[in-house]
Amino acid sequence: MSAPPSGADLSSASAIPNGPGAAAILAAGIGSATLGILALAGDASPAFNKMLIFYGPTGALSGVTSIAVVVWLAAWFLLFRLWGKRAVNLRRVNLLAFSLLAIAFLLTFPPAMDFLKGKS
Amino acid sequence: MEITSRDLLTVMHGMGFGALFMLAFSGALVELYRVSTPGPTGNGASGDHRLLRIYLAVMVVLAWLTVLSGAYLIYPWYRATPPIGVSDLSGFPRALLLSNPRTSGWHSLGMEWKEHVSWFAPIAMTMVAYVVLTYGREITQHRQLRFAVLLFAILAFVATGVAGIFGAFLNKVAPVHGGSTITLLQSER
Repeated sequence: MSAPPSGADLSSASAIPNGPGAAAILAAGIGSATLGILALAGDASPAFNKMLIFYGPTGALSGVTSIAVVVWLAAWFLLFRLWGKRAVNLRRVNLLAFSLLAIAFLLTFPPAMDFLKGKS
Repeated sequence: MEITSRDLLTVMHGMGFGALFMLAFSGALVELYRVSTPGPTGNGASGDHRLLRIYLAVMVVLAWLTVLSGAYLIYPWYRATPPIGVSDLSGFPRALLLSNPRTSGWHSLGMEWKEHVSWFAPIAMTMVAYVVLTYGREITQHRQLRFAVLLFAILAFVATGVAGIFGAFLNKVAPVHGGSTITLLQSER
């Protein structure tokens, strides 16, 4: 994503490059998708579900959300280190982030979860 | 006039944090759309941008308070397992819903979806607030950035709506009760 094609939003007129914003956007997509994947995995596998119980009273939800938040913040930190002072192809970053968010929504929707597990 | 501690905390979670966060979307989406629109309307005064930054920061705090109070205060009461031999399940909302095929969907669809989808809202709104805080008025120079911020804010609103609607229905069908009794007002009679 560091070599933008013509037509990409490089925002050269701005004093702040789009890199920091792109890092935050993609990290939000990564964090959301992680939550969706973990929710599905925890629902599909009782053994994995047990591993996700970080706080007993809340059950596997505690592990799903804690890991997702850690992955989100770690991704944000790493992407910021990578893109913090650069302009990137934000169109591609947006497309990837929106795709990840769409996957996240799909994976948390119980009928879709059941379909993917072969239950329906 | 009395209320139980669990009822009070559920009201704080749903109405105090969640509903306030959801109401705030109307203002945030309008303002984000305004700053996303090229032309004179997109170039607001610095006071407008300061207000938007504060507004979004408050929304982020409300979003995190909503999901954290939901997951770590209310949800454990909701999903508590009834002791063996207990026939009155009114103190165990999940078990109560699952005990009847006519209400089990409220858990298997409603709560199962709500407990996960709600977390997209604080993640998305933290990103939105960060971008608006970082770029300020310069966001008008970044078309793709404005587009992403607006779309993520709309999807955060959708996620909050799903969680809020199911939360309201769940609390109607199988409310969380119990805890110590708090007297809010002493009756004169």
